[in-house]
Amino acid sequence: MKAIELVGITKTFGSIHANQDVNLDVEQGEILSLLGENGSGKTTLMNMLAGIYFPDAGHIFVDGKEVVIKSPIDAFKHKIGMVHQHFKLVDLFTAADNIILGEKMPKFSIKEKAGDYKMQAANEISALGDNLDEKAKKKAISKINNNKNLKICALPFVKFGKMVAFNHLSRGRAKKIQAIADQYGFDIDLKKKVYEMSVSEKQTVEIIKVLYRGADYLILDEPTAVLTPQEIEKLFAVMRKMRENGKSIIIITHKLNEVMEISDRVAVLRKGKFIGAVKTSETSEKELTEMMVGEKVDLNIERKEPLGNNPRLVVEGLTVKNKDGGHAVEDVTFTVNGGEILGIAGISGNGQKELLEGIAGLQPVESGTIIFHNPKENKPVTFFHNDLKQIKHKAEMGMFHYPDGTKVDLKGKSNKEITRLVNEEQILYYENEIIDLNKKTPREIQELGIKLSFVPEDRLNMGLVGNMSIIDNMMLRSYRKGKSIFVNRKRPKALADKIIEDLGVVTPSDMTPVRRLSGGNVQKVLVGREISSSPKVLMSAYPVRGLDVNSSYLIYNLLNEQKERNTAVVFVGEDLDVLLALSDRILVLCGGKVSAIVDARKATKEQLGLLMTKMPEEVERYDYAPLNLEEKEEAGELVEQQVQETTPEQSNEVAEVADVAEVAKEENTND
Amino acid sequence: MFVTLLTQAIRFSAVFLYGSTGETIIEKSGHLNLGIPGIMCFGAVGGCLGANMAYNAGMGNFLTIIFAIIFAMLFGGAMGLLYGWFTISLRCNQNVTGLTITTFGAGVFGFWVTSMGEKGIKFYKASRAFTASMFGAVGDDWFSTIFLSHGTLVYLAIVIAIIVAIVLKKTRTGLSLTAVGENPAAADAAGIKVIKYKYVACVLGAAIAGIGGAFYLLDCTRGSLEPGVIEGMGWLAVALVIFSLWRPGIGIFGSFIFGLLYILPNYINGVGFAEKEILKIIPYAVTALVLIVISFFNKRETQPPAALGLSYFREDR
Repeated sequence: MKAIELVGITKTFGSIHANQDVNLDVEQGEILSLLGENGSGKTTLMNMLAGIYFPDAGHIFVDGKEVVIKSPIDAFKHKIGMVHQHFKLVDLFTAADNIILGEKMPKFSIKEKAGDYKMQAANEISALGDNLDEKAKKKAISKINNNKNLKICALPFVKFGKMVAFNHLSRGRAKKIQAIADQYGFDIDLKKKVYEMSVSEKQTVEIIKVLYRGADYLILDEPTAVLTPQEIEKLFAVMRKMRENGKSIIIITHKLNEVMEISDRVAVLRKGKFIGAVKTSETSEKELTEMMVGEKVDLNIERKEPLGNNPRLVVEGLTVKNKDGGHAVEDVTFTVNGGEILGIAGISGNGQKELLEGIAGLQPVESGTIIFHNPKENKPVTFFHNDLKQIKHKAEMGMFHYPDGTKVDLKGKSNKEITRLVNEEQILYYENEIIDLNKKTPREIQELGIKLSFVPEDRLNMGLVGNMSIIDNMMLRSYRKGKSIFVNRKRPKALADKIIEDLGVVTPSDMTPVRRLSGGNVQKVLVGREISSSPKVLMSAYPVRGLDVNSSYLIYNLLNEQKERNTAVVFVGEDLDVLLALSDRILVLCGGKVSAIVDARKATKEQLGLLMTKMPEEVERYDYAPLNLEEKEEAGELVEQQVQETTPEQSNEVAEVADVAEVAKEENTND
Repeated sequence: MFVTLLTQAIRFSAVFLYGSTGETIIEKSGHLNLGIPGIMCFGAVGGCLGANMAYNAGMGNFLTIIFAIIFAMLFGGAMGLLYGWFTISLRCNQNVTGLTITTFGAGVFGFWVTSMGEKGIKFYKASRAFTASMFGAVGDDWFSTIFLSHGTLVYLAIVIAIIVAIVLKKTRTGLSLTAVGENPAAADAAGIKVIKYKYVACVLGAAIAGIGGAFYLLDCTRGSLEPGVIEGMGWLAVALVIFSLWRPGIGIFGSFIFGLLYILPNYINGVGFAEKEILKIIPYAVTALVLIVISFFNKRETQPPAALGLSYFREDR
């Protein structure tokens, strides 16, 4: 028999379809996995069962009867309980208080109870039989009636007493909770406050809470995301026990191995639509991945070849902590080259946000180095080194110029000629400036002259000020310039007008508060501003989230334009099709770690899907072969040599740069 | 004189206690109501009207007090309802709404006081019902004078504070209310009617604060009307909520300290009027000190409700 059935459920947020005509059913006593990429609408769908959202259309059946779930109270009534991904617990309360929170008093109707008493009296009177004489019978009847009437009169007081007793937070309430905990083998201290608990303890409280409220249908939203493998095993044991007790469980998860391990059936959602449901025993990880990511869609995004490997941003062993003290980003190492788009794929919440914010200086970095290679275009450095291999390599990276600025092509020149050109300073070498961004604030980074732009995920809260006009938002990046105490709106206005015209921002005027613009236009303003500072590194997190098709393509084109200008572009995306079509290389994050860096031209959606959900045993790190040079390994050596063998002039240069930075810092503190 | 000082301190403390108990209830539901001074002004208007009406109709002391309380609660509660409608249903900024109500209340109060003066309506006679000792004639030893000579409303303030403290600490109702103020999303998911709790808290809290205003006019000043003072005392009541760490039980003692500090300047001899005025900042300074101390300890239990000042909407993403 079907325990829960969803028919034609649709839910929209603004213009975005979170769920579209979803049909889903759960059998009695089974564990159903709900699988899907980010934003495929799993949580939204389940929130509608739990009464957090109300569907725009569709029907919900519980035990074959149609029900309307308007609020969490209704959900409890139909024995549906949900353990949310972000726990809904009151930190200040103990476990026991959290579990009994919101519990309703058992029904006590005075009318019903009075009816019961009357029935009882009637029964007792008829039971008296005929063998009594009239007088004694009358006496007995009046006695019974008086007795019952008294009881009926007392009912309001009884009800009030029960209410008071129920309302009182007695110490005895822990017993019932402990019984449930023992039944399923939970290990929990009910007197512990939630804010002192570990994540897995909090989850235990949530599950007990749902069970305590009498739920027969449990929804677990990504319960394993925060647990250690041992804790996951424990949770699965509990889930199996619940299944034995006849409870139905829906578990939302991204991890395929867990799907295979725990569930009886798997239902797959993609982009808000129901794709299908299969029995776990009859499917494979590969088939599920295919269902999850879908057919490859050709997006027709123009993609030029990357400009070669001249590293712009080198991140080594970066670790960033999250709020709970765990590692949001763990030991991440990668390089972004100028003139390429590095896509970052991963299920949301796997460290993308923390990674970018860590690089941009918005979040404290636990350990690791972030190095920015600044191409100093106007400061030539004479290159004395005679290592031909390195000279050739650097020439390929575009580091050699003729004095008039044109690039040097060493192809077809003999070794002797090259040596002569270098020694006679007929060609010039431009050394990159290396700056460690670690533990620098965004302002320091800006003042060091590093052109790093960041288009954050949360446009209106982190990127722009919603209540300020487009012009004023342009000024956020430049208001410190100039000596006058009054702001000069001329240039920001010119820039704003240029962006409005070039990017086709639909707005009543350049004085309109950004908050009033639509999502796509807000994004255009933000990206336009960031690009206008001609960045050397452009990081964008979900730049097309919530945008319509045309705006999305405009953003893709802007990113491609930056790539052609030799900017290093980092693109965090959620749509795998876009990532595959737009990026040159794709870095896949899984649980805050790099699970692979792959060639976007050769990778497949299935491959990415697997890498996002499962850490591979060996991490592949694709990088372009240093052009024209034989071996990849040599490239590694070359970089090492480069660092070691700096000529005196160069180290002077570096020292000078350091001085400048220090002076800038001092000035800062003086301010 | 020492006895008089303590007696007066207890008497004045009731004003602060009404205000802070009401504000505590509101803040526990996650709403920072800076309209308390204005609400107390409104309560004062309502209380005086109610008392005068009952007195003129020839009712006894008991009924006069009951009428005054009911009217004070109605007037205060109406402002609480207005505040609730703005901040709960319309989700306006709580600080702005609160300050608006304070300005409004103080203005209306000033107008009312002046117009009463012009009409020559006095409340001295009606106020006798309030200043009369609740326990009838008591001895004039120090204990009776300090603790037993007060009007009914002083004791009512303490009773209300104790009841609120017990409800907050010991009952499911209090647990639910605290949950609403700490984490409305969690409360909602647990099946608590968040909006209902917020409205009831806003109205009830404002009604209790309203009694405070009425008490000040009818008892502390014995029916003489002076504009401006209640507003200042209302701010002290808001400060007292912080001082008492959102616990009405502590608020009883806190209000006594505030009352003592408030009237202390009047009992110090050899100090000029200007110096007396500056002594009145002591309660605020003490509150600031408490804030510093609790931030040092940084214990979760002594922090304000976590969702204080934030509006709640279930389908927010």
